Amino acid sequence: MLAKRIIPCLDVKNGRNVRGVRFSADQDAGDPVELATRYDQEGADELVFYDITASSDGRAIVMDLVQEVSERVFIPLTVGGGIRTFADVREILKGGADKVSINSAAVHTPDIITQSAESFGSQCIVGAVDVLRLETAADEPPRWEIHINGGRKATGLDALEWVDELVDRGAGELVLNSIDADGTRDGYDLELNRAVARRVDVPIVASGGAGTTQHIFEVLTEGEANAALAASIFHFQVYSIPQVKDFLADRGVVVRPYAA
Amino acid sequence: MIAVIDYGMGNLRSVEKAFQYLGYEAQIITDASELTDAHHLVLPGDAAFGDAMRNLREGGWDQRIDDHVERGRPFLGICVGLQLMFASSEEMGQHAGLGLLPGRCVRFPNSEKVPQIGWNQITRHTASPLLEGVEDGSFFYFVHSYYVQAENDDDQLATTDYGIEYTSIAGRDNVFGVQFHPEKSQKIGLKLLTNFATLN
Repeated sequence: MLAKRIIPCLDVKNGRNVRGVRFSADQDAGDPVELATRYDQEGADELVFYDITASSDGRAIVMDLVQEVSERVFIPLTVGGGIRTFADVREILKGGADKVSINSAAVHTPDIITQSAESFGSQCIVGAVDVLRLETAADEPPRWEIHINGGRKATGLDALEWVDELVDRGAGELVLNSIDADGTRDGYDLELNRAVARRVDVPIVASGGAGTTQHIFEVLTEGEANAALAASIFHFQVYSIPQVKDFLADRGVVVRPYAA
Repeated sequence: MIAVIDYGMGNLRSVEKAFQYLGYEAQIITDASELTDAHHLVLPGDAAFGDAMRNLREGGWDQRIDDHVERGRPFLGICVGLQLMFASSEEMGQHAGLGLLPGRCVRFPNSEKVPQIGWNQITRHTASPLLEGVEDGSFFYFVHSYYVQAENDDDQLATTDYGIEYTSIAGRDNVFGVQFHPEKSQKIGLKLLTNFATLN
């Protein structure tokens, strides 16, 4: 059976790994190459490198890291952060990444998704969204709004309609990042993940809010997500990846066993 | 030398790097005429079947691959590379493949998420030196929307279940193909690549 994936995310700034709390980078969490190697040995199913500086210098740093990591780590590597143009997408894929995660640029220029998927295949184009939950009346279904520029700017786009468009344009996978939950360690937004999972045909990756193994279990079952992304709980060794996978396996979730 | 065919389709560096990491001499070849001294040939690919096949023909690769296979030298197709080994595909129209093995390539049913992305298990069938030390139930990393159904049961070295049971490892004599990415499947993937690299 297809396993549920556990994906550590490395937020990279100036060549160091940092964590995010509600989208503002604060604390140094170590050397990214060391971390990536450790995650691989512990059984991470993929790795995500996120350039939080979103500048051309930041990109160069992230691509150097991906180069170095890809020499010794043989699992899928995704790069995100600061992608603006089709040329950026091509450069990142040529630089050794297996997938590119596109966020704000898709809102500014939706064609970047279409063109990238047509040129490189949907399998390497990840549509990432940062969403903020809107206030709704108790008897209304929940709604979310797409934010861009690292979560700082509201767009007025309805999240559920926007993910449809991303998939129609060729995104092969979606990352749903809840701004409300990001860095809080209070749990993923289960309703968000479930609403999108039932709406689109492509796999979805839950992001933002992981604090415990129970949270990860919940989003992969109740939340119907195909994969769970987490940063700080792994960086600071609150839990190891084997602990998470054991917890899931004990509760009947199919995971890839980590190599002993 | 292990030659990795570059026909303008997808991330080949990771295949080359995996062989190099394992200590084998591997090289990406962009011109079919440079293929002469390759003892092992790898056909990767992430693109659409039709585009990939057209590029193979235009680059003169199809003939080179036939020659290589006829000389009894080991050949490995990865992902779309496996699909191309078969007779035909229905991905965006009908396309003829390399026809190294009988069978066709069709799209996953809509009951599942498409593409299939992630780690899935293999069930072993026909025994093969490619699968030496690769246990039944091993997880490999898959990314694909189309799958192959081998016509000949003996060509089916392993299957995988994703809504339907399909051919995830195919092979006959010196010709092999894997639907997953061994170069992205951590230790077990490297084990399979080692098995391929040590074939005579």
